[in-house]
Amino acid sequence: MGTATTHVGACHRTRRWRILPPMAQQPVELILVRHLASRLAVPVFVVDPSGDLVYFNEPAERVLGRRYDAIRFMPFEEWTTAFVPAAAGRTLAVEELPLVVALRKAIPAHSRFDIISGDRVRRTIEVTAFPIIAPTERLLGAVAMFWETDER
Amino acid sequence: VRVTFWGTRGSIATPGQETVTFGGDTSCVAITGLDPGHLVILDAGTGLRRLGTQTPTRIERIDLLLSHLHLDHIIGLGFFEPLFRPDLAITIWAPPSGVPLLERLGRYLSPPLFPVRLRDLSCELRLCDALEEPVVRGEFTITAASIIHPDTAVGYRIEAGDQVVAYLPDHEPALSPAFPRLRPWTSGAAVASEADLLIHDAQYGPDEYQEHVGWGHSSVTDAVAFADLVGARMLALFHHDPSHDDEAVERLEREARATSRGVQVVAARQGATLTLGQ
Repeated sequence: MGTATTHVGACHRTRRWRILPPMAQQPVELILVRHLASRLAVPVFVVDPSGDLVYFNEPAERVLGRRYDAIRFMPFEEWTTAFVPAAAGRTLAVEELPLVVALRKAIPAHSRFDIISGDRVRRTIEVTAFPIIAPTERLLGAVAMFWETDER
Repeated sequence: VRVTFWGTRGSIATPGQETVTFGGDTSCVAITGLDPGHLVILDAGTGLRRLGTQTPTRIERIDLLLSHLHLDHIIGLGFFEPLFRPDLAITIWAPPSGVPLLERLGRYLSPPLFPVRLRDLSCELRLCDALEEPVVRGEFTITAASIIHPDTAVGYRIEAGDQVVAYLPDHEPALSPAFPRLRPWTSGAAVASEADLLIHDAQYGPDEYQEHVGWGHSSVTDAVAFADLVGARMLALFHHDPSHDDEAVERLEREARATSRGVQVVAARQGATLTLGQ
């Protein structure tokens, strides 16, 4: 009795890799985030690991001025510049946006800045973003929630 | 590919006269292919005990795939005779976690809950995380995917030749957005895609499900909707509710068939074998 029992991270090194089944599906963690976001009153953005916007909820539609069902996707380059984010009199660099920080550094991020929303009104918002990391420590995307504030 | 149901019941074993048709043992399914020395087992519910007593001595390698570690899916481990055979190589796969699988399984397989510890088993035992990249085990290619169920749970896709078996015994795809319309946003859709046999959670009737939203299980009609969405050819309704007697399961099987848009529907019966690819 007593043969060695091994917990094998190493066993995966001997695997032969194959292409995943021929149908893309979002990770279940993003599915559940979307499920939650669809029931919240605050605007929520969800981006995939590439930074592309894959979901935004109904409150976010009012900020974006677009309906999710009409576009269902927005490339990173588009959403990061569409709202002309600015603070202290200057336009923010893309890498300063909380959602981009959360995605690129895999850490939570928060900041306050102005945007020009879909109705062409300049608004001050506060944004909290956090990365979505699976139990396997794989980065699956990031989420941003934002609130309009009266403070300038 | 032969698929045998050794346990079909959900949550807790329900032996008795009222469950003789569909069975009272909890989740356990065996898959065999062309290699007589290799056995793939899905989950280690109470059905695993009887499977262990009838595992041929020619079996040299077993891959035991755990969908998750809820007790009804692992309780058979301590009573699985092959674990005590030194000539057997057994690999146990389970959903990844921040806590090593040895420690997680050890919570059950150690005193005071059980007298035998994992380290005391005499087979050649390996414990592996079931990751989402396909892994080749003999003639089988196995892929895991995280699915909606409380605590970490995975579904499995087992491919052998041109046959595909998908196993999602505890799964609530109805929490996916706009279910069952958005396939890319539906939990489990990729791992079950175009399966020849989909073994899927069907614990509740549609009315019962309304009282159990968020518990991690499906109604029979949601199981059918999921199967049709992913293009499965046959659906085995699985994880029967412990409160359902044979008559209730038969009724739910009829209800499920009535909602099918193409998938063939059967309620999984303990002891039954399905042969794919014929």
